[in-house]
Amino acid sequence: MGLLSKKDSKLILDPLADNNPITIQVLGICSALAITAQLKASIVMTISVIFVMGVGNVVMSLIRNIIPSKIRIIVQLTVVASLVIIVDQVLKAYSYQLSKELGAFIGLIITNCIIMGRFEAFALGNGVWRSFLDGIGNALGYGIILIIVGFFRELLGSGTLLGYKVLGDPIEKTGLYATGYENNGFMLLAPMALIVVGIIIWVQRSKNPALVEDH
Amino acid sequence: MGLKQNLHNFKEKNKDKKWLPAFSAIHTFLFLPNETTHGGTHIKAADDLKRTMNTVIMALIPCLIFGMFNAGYQHHAAINGFTEGMSFFSPEFWTLDNFTLGFWKILPLVIVSYGVGLGIEFIFAIIKGHEVEEGYLVTGMLVPLIVPIDIPLWMLAVAVVFGVVIGKEVFGGTGMNILNPALTIRAFLFFAYPTWMSGDKVWVHGAVERAGTPDAISGETMLGSLAQNNEVSYSIMDMFYGFIPGSVGETSTLLILLGGLFLIFTKIGSWRIMLSSVVGALVMGLIFNFVVDSGWITESSKFYGLMSTTFWHHLLIGGFAFGAVYMATDPVTASQTNKGKWIYGFFIGFISIMIRVFNPAYPEGVMLAILLMNVFAPTIDHYVVQGNVKRRMKRLKAKTA
Repeated sequence: MGLLSKKDSKLILDPLADNNPITIQVLGICSALAITAQLKASIVMTISVIFVMGVGNVVMSLIRNIIPSKIRIIVQLTVVASLVIIVDQVLKAYSYQLSKELGAFIGLIITNCIIMGRFEAFALGNGVWRSFLDGIGNALGYGIILIIVGFFRELLGSGTLLGYKVLGDPIEKTGLYATGYENNGFMLLAPMALIVVGIIIWVQRSKNPALVEDH
Repeated sequence: MGLKQNLHNFKEKNKDKKWLPAFSAIHTFLFLPNETTHGGTHIKAADDLKRTMNTVIMALIPCLIFGMFNAGYQHHAAINGFTEGMSFFSPEFWTLDNFTLGFWKILPLVIVSYGVGLGIEFIFAIIKGHEVEEGYLVTGMLVPLIVPIDIPLWMLAVAVVFGVVIGKEVFGGTGMNILNPALTIRAFLFFAYPTWMSGDKVWVHGAVERAGTPDAISGETMLGSLAQNNEVSYSIMDMFYGFIPGSVGETSTLLILLGGLFLIFTKIGSWRIMLSSVVGALVMGLIFNFVVDSGWITESSKFYGLMSTTFWHHLLIGGFAFGAVYMATDPVTASQTNKGKWIYGFFIGFISIMIRVFNPAYPEGVMLAILLMNVFAPTIDHYVVQGNVKRRMKRLKAKTA
């Protein structure tokens, strides 16, 4: 990466794998379970979180020296809330159907532990550019898991990807369905999202044994 | 040199091979290996894990064979009409015709269940480099007995993969699992493919194919009919002998009772759990009967059908008896302490009937009840042990004071 120094690119790349917010730090699980039944919802959620975290980290980093530390949590909440409202309104204006599907979960980005966690852990102690990279990196790490989970849940649960019937038509019995294949309804339920996340964690840890905790 | 020595030499020769655990698994299944343990504690007992498992399988065989006859009988009876008032040894039931139909439908289920399940066990044993674990022997026999007869084989295979990997191997294999693997497999099927696991067609062979044609037959279970407030035409003796539609091996309460006695006699299954779950079910049944008798629930209620069922009939219908005898007593997932077993069993019975009545979409409450109590079993044990510790501490204090 010519654009970024080695230290800076680490900020982006680390959360994608070895320090992933979901699979390693186990944060932001709630939304990962709730909205990943459809790939489209996962992607929209990812974009929203990238926006909120990127901008949020920059704002927090800018004002980090002027907010009294006693009320910093309130300030953080205000910043996230404002950003989330922007996302929510944009979605309502341009993609009403999707905004209805995602329902409360866009609003609940406020409570996403990853965001507050990065504010506290990084943006309050680092410069603007690095905070921005850190925000984007963590949001991407979160998003990549969301998209993987959404991909498998939509493919196996509904037989579609982004709404396209990639496996054939279950009612007309075309494509794979002609052989007797059926959609796995369990995939659409939240427990299966947890299991898929668990399998990702399993694969990741068996690829990189350094991540396994000692007991 | 005898066969035994030959096998031993073969093992010695291939000591470093990766596939050796697979060979040893088959070897020790039938023969006692030549090498013995050295050092440490020695327990001299004939019943190792494999013998224990084999005993349970022996207790299951009557259910399996009955299931084969019943599968054929239900299919033919649905077409030609039921025979009234059959005794257990009625010649209308034990015909070769019935048996062949059931045999050819159920054998593939058994083969898929064992083939896929043991395949995974072998793969995991080779990856982890330990001996193949026997844990799947009983699970593999239970699985075909608790699924509907017409379940597509690939679904069963997917469910077995899920149940063995997620239900057992991720926790560390046999003896470490929290949930009963056979029920994990059934629960997976139930939530993943509900159209094949519930409803009024899947329980009798042929009902699915014939649906919508003039030859349509009913494949409804008793629980299904009762949940919809329909009259049930089966007599008490039919229910007890098991001449009713249902999952393959769970219909005959008589044979399950015999299997249960066999397990108690051989000290493999816990009589505490079996007895207390029956008590739990009866208590819940009595409560519901009381509610109906006092007029709080009338015939217009959607719960009326199952709630007004005479309390002890609940033991005969559905999979309750099978669950209480073969599933709840699984030594790995049940409570370990004696007092804990009473509590554990009681709640299984209690919750089974509650789910059965209140949620007609999940008529097989016993599956969910056992899985739920599996999760709570360690907690129950913890409090029983802590209670013991506290009582003894008090006694100790009283003595020293």
